[in-house]
Parts: sequence; C-alpha cells; structure tokens
Amino acid sequence: MFAVVDYTVIVASLAYAAWALLAVVLGRPPREPYVIGAGVVEALIFVQVVVAIVVMAVDGAPSDLATFIGYLLMIVVILPLGLFWALAEKSRWGTAVLVVAALVIPVLVVRMQQIWDAGGT
Amino acid sequence: MSEGSRRTSGPGRLLVAVYAVFALSASARAGVQIATGFSDAPVAYLLSAFAALVYVVATVALARPGRTARRVALVAVTVELLGVLTVGTVTVFDPGDFPDDTVWSLYGRGYGFVPLVLPVLGLLWLRRTWRAAD
Repeated sequence: MFAVVDYTVIVASLAYAAWALLAVVLGRPPREPYVIGAGVVEALIFVQVVVAIVVMAVDGAPSDLATFIGYLLMIVVILPLGLFWALAEKSRWGTAVLVVAALVIPVLVVRMQQIWDAGGT
Repeated sequence: MSEGSRRTSGPGRLLVAVYAVFALSASARAGVQIATGFSDAPVAYLLSAFAALVYVVATVALARPGRTARRVALVAVTVELLGVLTVGTVTVFDPGDFPDDTVWSLYGRGYGFVPLVLPVLGLLWLRRTWRAAD
C-alpha cells in the first residue's frame, strides 16, 4: 500500500484520539466538533480503502487476502459504529468510546501493512 | 428505563464499546481462520470461534436491559474470565497445544492483555449495577 496514505490515516486517527482524550479528561460529552473530526478521519480511511483496492487490482492481492479484506471492512465501520454508540451517552464516557474507536484504527493499519508486506501469491 | 439500563450508561458505555471491538475482531478472525485453513489447527480455530461467540454474547447481553440479559452477561463474562485464564495458562506452559494464536493465548498478550482485564472490569461493573432497576 502507499505509505503516505497509511501514515496520514495513522497520524489523523491518533490526533483525533488525543483530542477526544483531552475532552474525556475535561469531562466533555461528544459534541458536534467530534462528529466532524470523525468525519475527516473517515474520509481519509475511504481514500485509503480505495487506494488499497486499486493497488490490489493492478499489482495483485496479498496472499492472506481474506484477513486483509476483513481488516478493510473493519476499518471502514469502526468509527461510524463508535459514533453511533458514543452520541447516545451525554457524558465523558461517550467521548471515551470515540477514543477507543480511534485507537483501533492505527492497529488495523499496521496489521494491514504486515499482511501487505508479507507479499502476494 | 427508556434510555436503556444503567449498564450501558456512564462507564458501561465504554465497557460495551470495548466488548464490541473484541466481538467484532474475534468473530472476523475466527471466520477467516476456519474458512481458509481449518485443518491447520482445528483446536485453536474452534477455540477462536468459541471466544468470538463468548464476546458476542457478552456484548449483546451487557448492552441489553433486563434481568435475563443481566444473568446471561454474568455467565458470559465468567466464561470469558475462565477461558482467558485456562488458555493463558496452558499456552504459557505448553505452546505446542495451540500452534496458532487465539485471543486468549498467553493471557491475551497479543492484544495488550486487554482480554485479561476486560472480564474483571465486566464482573466489577455487573456487581456495581446489579441492584439497579432495569
């Protein structure tokens, strides 16, 4: 995969997690800015997924394709699901859900990189 | 209560979210393992599937209001704790039995030991919210 896209997603999700964590510490519920922030991170994830699919179509898929697609699906749904679950909670714990959802993203990216670097069929 | 039980408010919101992450990733992992190479390590893969099932049941039961859900959650989280302790101990002393990783291998070391901490937090949370009317 393209390292630039990967690292952009990692940095963006970590920055978002740090921002949301600050809100948790300050006792803030998840409000509009955090929804918009999640939207930005999600948009970057969409770019990454499209790039991954295009590169797979051109260069061939990694040998562990099933796991790779599993991670692709998970990285797309994690933040929307996190938002859905977080917004109903009007306390700092709602924002804490966003922190967890955001922290899963870099883990998924690193796992996808490992599968990708292991090579194709 | 229309806003859901006390179990899913406050810290419970976060707890259920972490459970959901594990339910999702354990299910995906078990699904891929069983679909692509079941014969490689059937015991480990069946265990993966069992762990996934426990996480799914625990997540849903914790998230739902009501006494039945509460009881199911207690059973699921207890099974989860026993599972991580048993598989963790077995894999520490004899890794050969489980050639491929499961969530519970080495007390969940591959997942930052969260699988070991999670059921403890789950049980504490269930105890704390046990008397709540739901």
